[in-house]
Amino acid sequence: MTRQDRDLFVNNSPYFLQPASVQSVMLRVLVALLPGIAAYVWFFGAAILVQIALASVTALAAEAAMLKLRGKPLMMFLGDGSALVTAWLIALTFPSIAPWWLTVLGTLLAIIVAKHLYGGLGQNPFNPAMVAFALMIVAYPQLMSQWPAAGVTDFAGQWQAIFGTREIDAMTMATPLDALRTALHTIEAKASVASVLGSNPAIGSMGGKGWEWVAGGYLLGGLWLLQQRIITWHMPAAFLGALFAIAGIFSLIDNTQFAGPLFHILGGGAMIGAFFIVTDPVSGATTPRGKLIFAAGVAVLTWIIRTFGAYPDGIAFAILLMNIAAPLIDMYTQPPVFGHKDGKGGSR
Amino acid sequence: MNAVQRLFGFHGGVKPAYNKEASTGLPIAVAPTPTLLVIPLHQSIGGVPRPLVKAGDRVLKGQRIGGADGNVSSAVHASTSGSVVAVEMRLMPHTSGLSALCVVIEPDGCDEWIPRQPFDFRSATPTQTRDYLRDAGVVGLGGAVFPSYLKLNPGKTGKLDTLVLNGAECEPFITCDDLLMRERAETIIKGTLIMREMLSAGQVLIGIEDNKPEAIAAMEVAAQAANQAAGDSSIKVVSVPTRYPAGGAKQLMRVLTGIEVPHGKRSTDYGLQCFNVGTAYAIYEAIALGQPLISRIVTVAGNVERARNYEVLLGTPMRDLVALCGPRADSDRVIMGGPMMGLRMPSDEVPVVKAANCVLVGSKQLFPPPPPEMPCIRCGECAKACPADLQPFEMYWFSRAKIFGKAQEYNLFDCIECGCCAYVCPSRIPLVDYYRFAKSEIWAREVEKEAADVARERYEFRLLREEREKQEKAAKLAAKTAAGREKAAAALAEVEKPAVTPEQDAKKALIAAAMERAREQKAQAHPENTINLTPEQQAEVEAIEARRAEIREMAKPHLRQDD
Repeated sequence: MTRQDRDLFVNNSPYFLQPASVQSVMLRVLVALLPGIAAYVWFFGAAILVQIALASVTALAAEAAMLKLRGKPLMMFLGDGSALVTAWLIALTFPSIAPWWLTVLGTLLAIIVAKHLYGGLGQNPFNPAMVAFALMIVAYPQLMSQWPAAGVTDFAGQWQAIFGTREIDAMTMATPLDALRTALHTIEAKASVASVLGSNPAIGSMGGKGWEWVAGGYLLGGLWLLQQRIITWHMPAAFLGALFAIAGIFSLIDNTQFAGPLFHILGGGAMIGAFFIVTDPVSGATTPRGKLIFAAGVAVLTWIIRTFGAYPDGIAFAILLMNIAAPLIDMYTQPPVFGHKDGKGGSR
Repeated sequence: MNAVQRLFGFHGGVKPAYNKEASTGLPIAVAPTPTLLVIPLHQSIGGVPRPLVKAGDRVLKGQRIGGADGNVSSAVHASTSGSVVAVEMRLMPHTSGLSALCVVIEPDGCDEWIPRQPFDFRSATPTQTRDYLRDAGVVGLGGAVFPSYLKLNPGKTGKLDTLVLNGAECEPFITCDDLLMRERAETIIKGTLIMREMLSAGQVLIGIEDNKPEAIAAMEVAAQAANQAAGDSSIKVVSVPTRYPAGGAKQLMRVLTGIEVPHGKRSTDYGLQCFNVGTAYAIYEAIALGQPLISRIVTVAGNVERARNYEVLLGTPMRDLVALCGPRADSDRVIMGGPMMGLRMPSDEVPVVKAANCVLVGSKQLFPPPPPEMPCIRCGECAKACPADLQPFEMYWFSRAKIFGKAQEYNLFDCIECGCCAYVCPSRIPLVDYYRFAKSEIWAREVEKEAADVARERYEFRLLREEREKQEKAAKLAAKTAAGREKAAAALAEVEKPAVTPEQDAKKALIAAAMERAREQKAQAHPENTINLTPEQQAEVEAIEARRAEIREMAKPHLRQDD
């Protein structure tokens, strides 16, 4: 072997690496979603599995097409699992009985526009799944609000709803967040949080019937991700803590107009958001302090949009807004480097 | 019993497979003298020592063959007796594959020492002791090869709180310090006592990673003996948690004392100084035995049948050393140092130098080529692993985009290139390569900028000179014409003999003053700074010129024509 050849093939130090890969990170994120998915299936039927399959196939196809167009190595990137994570998050945040094309369109937008047009893996400033959610809820607010009722797990009916052969009104129900918002905003001032939640069959013991169990599943998976050191505690803690705090303060001030903290952190997409969406490293802040600020910002914006906005759940918009601020947050929260911690050292 | 020493952690770090067992099974062996020693003159940080011998000279073991040159430099010595075959350019043990001036010695087999005398450092001034150590070629043997004499200075206050002795040896595969501590603990402690006295250090903390229980036990015994002799307990052997890079000087100082020495600052300003255990050993040999640094302990490990530590004469070709250990057939590279920070050698012919703590034989199986690089997903694993508390992915981002100013803002130069970030990166990005690239680009630009500054200054000076010459010319011309007019006037006066008018007198005085000014200006503005030198200065300049010419002459046959 000539020296030149060797230089081409032999790297510089370090000469051995920890067996870690993007693929293993992404696969563990998928595994961590499984408990939540299981609860979802148990309470709301197998439709979610159809949506996951739809989103996954669409995401992989779109990813492959974009990689080919961009002249990137196909197998290396297709196998990294990042498209699947995006797909699963889309499926889990979209209504499980949404028509098939809604999921497909959302996934295409996420992969093609939000991911590849910005440069592919690692380059996207916005969380692709949340871009899909935001675009779809703006374009099809009606369809994006038709959630399955708990206990209605008739798979044939759900299949027909997804593939457009049956009216779906019979099996849908507004989510607790949606019901609360609609009641408080549109019905006369008589409605209070207690009256709305008390009268609504969708409301379970805490965040909403069935939904609190799904949230519990996400919590379980999220804790496993923490244990696996895929995510750090900063984001989930700051997000849930800030959401709990702001909801708690306002419900103390006026519990007829503002829902309580448990309702907020167990309802809607708060739990999947806390562990799986806010924690997206690519589009979020990365410094320890930055993560706290970023996640707390998402929480406050989520609460504001949920409480005063026109959409039932505000996590998607809150995340996209904070995505814009992430580089700035990172810039101003750089941790002190070795030897500069007391603020007086350093040679700069 | 030692009181439990309070330890401080350091941020980050990794726990790679240590692979140290293979080379600790056998005691240190003496490597045979090779048939040819190639001793590079430049084996330490700082100035290249000037050759003191020429082809055909006979040298003795321990004879100085390269003299320290400049404020930061360290001498080199003949590792055995023999004859100088050549002083020529040879391939250096560095990844670049560059050559540098080496003294090639053919051993005569007599191994005849120079006369060796202990150096009485107690009756010498500190400067004399430091000069002696510089000329004994003692440098940091942990791998950084910084001349030790420069570090044996307690700094402004004249004393230190703590002398840290680094026996952590955190790099995988390397066990030379481990074995040295196991077998020669007493000598290390003796060397430490010398350093401690020179530095007026209060306590001595010897940091050893807890994966070396035998070394800890041996050092403990030696330290206890020294403490008993002194009647105190100021030397402490401290077992530190095994985590790479605990053996980084700054990391170890932090673990033992909690003090962080910032990049670009002297540790003595913080009351600390840190030496490798091997350096302490070398200092003892130099001071107490009068033996300059001519050999070191080298671990030979990796893809070999019999990994082992050897005491190796500096200048021994790595190939000879590797051959002793039975390299396996699929070996494809030789690395100087460990797998985390070691340098890939351009050939196995390169010599063992003072920096060579380990000769690591690699293969595709042992160190497989890294999988293809993926994009950074900003997962932050690198930041979690960075022992310098940096944000490696940000530095990578800016280095890759060649936005070097930003990379520096993110403290690129605080990076110690330990390799932790690249080790943990799930995208398998060779991060350290990006930092090395950025650093060298920044250095190159600084050199360029300096050259441009010098050129600009020269240009400005030229403009100034031209302007002055113009003025001088004008003044001369004015004087000439004035003189001519004066002559004519004088001739006229000769004819007419009128009385000299007062105006003419005033004019003459003016002209004379102008001429005087011009002369003065000319005398003042001499551009050269090499005139009016004292004879000593003149002699020094000539000596430097002669030395330069000599080195040029030696290097000439080895340089390409176009150089």
